[in-house]
Amino acid sequence: MEVCGTHTVAIFRSGIHSLLPASVVHLTGPGCPVCVTHEAEVAAYLEMAGKPGVIVATFGDLMRVPGPGGASLKQAQAEGARIEVVYSPFDAIKIAQDHPQDKVLFLGIGFETTAPTVAATFKAAREQGLKNLLLMACHKLVPPALDALLSDPDMAIEAFMLPGHVSAIIGLEPYRPVAERYGLPAVVTGFEPLDILQSILLMLEMKRQGKPRVINNYKRVVADEGNPKARALLAEVFTVCDALWRGIGTIPGSGLCLSPAYKCFDAFEVLGVELKESKPLPGCRCGDVLKGLLRPNECPLFAKACTPATPVGPCMVSTEGSCAAYHKYQLDISSH
Amino acid sequence: MCLAVPMEVKSIAGEVADVEIGGVRKQIRLDLIEDKPKLGEFVIVHAGFAIRCLSREDAMETIKIFQEGWNLELI
Repeated sequence: MEVCGTHTVAIFRSGIHSLLPASVVHLTGPGCPVCVTHEAEVAAYLEMAGKPGVIVATFGDLMRVPGPGGASLKQAQAEGARIEVVYSPFDAIKIAQDHPQDKVLFLGIGFETTAPTVAATFKAAREQGLKNLLLMACHKLVPPALDALLSDPDMAIEAFMLPGHVSAIIGLEPYRPVAERYGLPAVVTGFEPLDILQSILLMLEMKRQGKPRVINNYKRVVADEGNPKARALLAEVFTVCDALWRGIGTIPGSGLCLSPAYKCFDAFEVLGVELKESKPLPGCRCGDVLKGLLRPNECPLFAKACTPATPVGPCMVSTEGSCAAYHKYQLDISSH
Repeated sequence: MCLAVPMEVKSIAGEVADVEIGGVRKQIRLDLIEDKPKLGEFVIVHAGFAIRCLSREDAMETIKIFQEGWNLELI
């Protein structure tokens, strides 16, 4: 199983699927941050986006994600909500400076790769005394999710392809307890077809030898110890908390909330929004797809009610979602 | 979403650097890396921040793979 949307796309685009023997089955896990953002989080940011005096600053990835009743940021924007797509979280500082009378809400989604960029942004905002920039922290952590997947008796994962750029931050250590407890080979992998094939080979060799461990097969970018400065920033700005994952539910210790010194930036508190009980999208099996229990084309909605043009769930919205990748590359995986 | 690309450092002013790859220039932040890169070195860029410095040699290896694999002219 890979747990990185960029791996999902790289594997599908390069046609590696067609090279794998029937005994090697590729599963796409919860590696797309947009896809794992919970229905309740989507409903909450849509509620905030509708408030007067609020400008939403977001990565473009979230614009089309459907929320309750088919609402989305794109639709909210068309109806007059002020929403700015940014490339970098730091761009939100400029928006906040330019609109001192408004509150600028940054939607903090993403794993350990993205969270430090948000941490650095809010550290700078604090140093500048910026009062009108807020964060809705929905960041998620990869290793606790791997643990949660493996503790599910329905799962039959035999090896993990570990995300390259998440690992560039966290290094190898956080994966070791999980890999050792479950006796799984795990390989930090780059994003070129040869990187991926070599990692699959390493996993198979470890499995054959009965010597599972965590290997760094992306040394040109990932240091074994990760990026300590980025982790120090994360520890300053955030504290680890429980988080909601779409399709999986609450995973203990798998999220990041603002630390006490940064509570003045917390959108939930300042805007008075809570995560509410929310119904899953009707008919959408995204949750099962994210756990690798269901292949996208086995979902009754796939390529019928749910297409990239008219997505029902986030796995079809995000270009890194497995449903979108299956659809785009028209995979015939009936033999796998 | 955790997409990150190697880009060449063209100039540095404090925590801000101008970087370039394949004719695309961007201004990025250096807050997340301990040792600042030198001009001509490469950084891996994610969401407007450098998350790792690369030696020119390591970067060239990656860029060569990009060029050959995807038929791009980057350098």
